[in-house]
Order: sequence, then structure tokens, then C-alpha cells
Amino acid sequence: MREVELVIIGSGPAGLCAAVSAASAGASVLILERSFRPGGQLIKQTHMFFGSESQYASYRGVDIADILLDKIGEYGDRIELMLNATAVGFYDDNVISVLKDEKEYFKIKAKSVICATGAFEKSLVFPNNDLPGIYGAGAVQTLMNVYGIRPGNRVLMVGAGNIGVIVSYQLMQAGIEVAAVLDAAPRIGAYLVHASKLARMSVPILTSHTVKEAIGTDRLEAAVVCELDDRFQPVPGTEKRFDVDVLCISVGLSPLNELLAMRGVEMKYVPQLSGSVPLRSENCETCIPGIFVAGDASGIEEASSAMAEGYLAGLCAAAKLGHVPDDFESRRSEYLKQLEDLRSGPVGERIRAGMKISQL
Amino acid sequence: MDENTIICRCSDVTLKQIRELISQGYTTYDEIKRLTRIGMGPCQGKTCGQLVLREIANATGRNIADLSFHNIRPPVVGVKLHLVAEEAENNEE
Repeated sequence: MREVELVIIGSGPAGLCAAVSAASAGASVLILERSFRPGGQLIKQTHMFFGSESQYASYRGVDIADILLDKIGEYGDRIELMLNATAVGFYDDNVISVLKDEKEYFKIKAKSVICATGAFEKSLVFPNNDLPGIYGAGAVQTLMNVYGIRPGNRVLMVGAGNIGVIVSYQLMQAGIEVAAVLDAAPRIGAYLVHASKLARMSVPILTSHTVKEAIGTDRLEAAVVCELDDRFQPVPGTEKRFDVDVLCISVGLSPLNELLAMRGVEMKYVPQLSGSVPLRSENCETCIPGIFVAGDASGIEEASSAMAEGYLAGLCAAAKLGHVPDDFESRRSEYLKQLEDLRSGPVGERIRAGMKISQL
Repeated sequence: MDENTIICRCSDVTLKQIRELISQGYTTYDEIKRLTRIGMGPCQGKTCGQLVLREIANATGRNIADLSFHNIRPPVVGVKLHLVAEEAENNEE
């Protein structure tokens, strides 16, 4: 059985940064990526990021993936990136079973593992929610921005958080009409800069609204929405019908970390982090020594914090394997400082509360 | 309306079925899984998990954070049995 010093599962922002960080410290890294293309959600992000320079503010997500992949290339002798390779099992002796190209199945033994598996889209419960034409926002982005396929002609977006609002704008850039954006919450969750773009294009954003039902026989033909009161109960008589062929659901993400749960890592349901997450130390290490977590798999945040966590987890995993760079402490403090800054202020209040509960 | 509302899209389990089972006293994810196959399809409960737990929480008045999900076991996606058999033959220990 092949033995590897450090296996990183996932090549999104967290996984790529973890690989660069660990390899720069001297570790040998194998990245397992289930898709045919590395970069995770970054490759679907055609908008510019903001924030600070260390998280590539003012670059487009898709370009950040290229920057990180160039860095991976610089450590070509120490990082192997295996594509179309899904980690399907994670066992007590740190053996990982891998399904590659859907036709090869083999096992790898890792000394250390960083789980950077990202997130899974939440779904919504309403009548006829299985009609063709009803998509998650991630699927719409994949079709449009990775494969260049129009998901439909007229879209109703459910969810006015950052993803819902950004994907709505991307749909319009692709020449697709966005009938309206709904959100059950009484206010828009997205950052003002993103929401304002839609407002300037005269797309109505209906807060305190939800989907009452989808209508159609073989595929989606319309959606009926209604208002919600302050206890999130439907208000009778407020129904409105939108004739649309796409209903895009963007109601949040759950951490995807089933491999850690299977390995026996202690998990906890933390609502502030949007689901069940592994308990971990400040260095992103779980209760099992040598097993780390980074990015959305440890709790839903943004790509910027996923990158900072990736750098931190990669550095600390390498150090634990005996690759302690001379500047270990200064790098570690720098990444912790970046995370503290990203989670500061009123916007980060929820995340800070979640982090507190999920610390070992 | 609950008849056309899908909770588990892998096995076509509806909200109506879930609510009926809960009202009959099946108030754990594992019990409902054994009766309906929720969580046993391609997504392994990633879609329906939180939806079913929320229904249980609403019906029983318990906090969703205190409810347990099912045990997660490999493989997380479907693997053809002949591939598993071939691996075992090549990797006898």
C-alpha cells in the first residue's frame, strides 16, 4: 500500500493553501480532488473578492485558483495533485480508500491528513420541489461558469445571501432574466455592494418571502411565493406567481465532513457554523492527533477564511510531521491574526460564537 | 400538499411519510432510515439529514443539536463491487 506523509482531501481554497503551506515547510503532500479540475468553488467565482491583500482582494475567484495552482507548481517535487480521485473511506489506521476515474479503487496510508472537503448545499421543503428546473445555486454556477451552459431563460432566486445575490448577477451577465430574489429573513443577508448591483438593474429583492409551491408537469413552469410574518409563518392572501423555468435555491451550506465523522473524530452540531463540525484546536487539529480540518468542512465561512485556515493547518500538520520551519511561530501568529481579523466586528459575531463552542 | 413535497430525493420519500412516522412514535433518524431508506441513497443523508432532524425537533420539542444523525460508514459514494474485490486480491495482507 502506498504511504504518504500528508494527504489533503480537497483542492478548494483551503486545500490548495494547506498544500502550499505544508510543502513550503518541507512536507510531501498528496492532494485528492474528486473533480476533473482543481480549485473547488473558486473556479466558479467570476466576481472580484474583497477584503485584505493576503486573501487576494480585488482578484476574481477563478484567477485566485490559478495563482494558488502556480504556487503548487513551484513545489512540484513535493506536491502531487490527483484529479478525479474521490476519498470514499477513512479508517482507524489512517488508511484512505480512493475511487479514481470511477474505475480504479485503491488505498493509501497517510501519516497525517487535512480534511478540506468544503460544503454541501442545503435544500428547501415545498410542494413539487423535485421538478426539473429546480437547482441549487452551486449547480447553476457549475453549469454556467464551468461548462458554459444556460440553466434556463427566467430565474427566480431563493436566498438573498451573498451566494444568491452574486449568482443572480452572474445569471444576468449571462443574458438570463432574473424575475426576483426572495429571502425568508426580514433583511438582505448579502453585502450591500453585491445587493446594490441587482437593485441598480431593477431586480426586486423580496424579503420576508418564501416559496409556497412549484408548479409544472414535466418541468418547472411557475413558482408561487408568499409573504412571511415575523414568526416566519405564511401570510394568507399574499401569494404571487412568477412564470419561471428555473428556481434557484440558495439557502445556505452545511459543512461536508463525513470522512472525519467516519474516522471517529469528535463532532458537534454548532448552529453558528451551519451544521455538524469537528471539535479542533486553535491549530485546526481535531481530537485525533495528526488529523486536521480547514475551510468550510470546519464550519461555513468565506473563501478568505478558508485560505487562512488552510495555510495554518498546512503549517501545523507539517510541523507535527517534523518539518518545523525557522519562521514557524511568526507564520503561525500571522495566520491566526488573519483569521482574527476576518472574524472581527459585528459580521463575525456568529462565527466567533461558533468557534468558541467548537474548540477542543 | 405534503404528498408532493420531497424530503429525500434519493429514495423519493415525502414529507407526508416522514410526518406520519414521527406521529407513530418513530422519533429518531435511524428508525426512520430503517423504515424508508432515507440516508441510504447516493447522497448518504446529506440532503435529507437536517430536514428530517428539523421535523423531529419540531414534533418533539427537542433541540436539533441534541438529536443524533446516523452512523457514517464508507463508502461515501457508490463503488462497484468488482473494484473492491480486485483491490482486496491485489492488496492481501
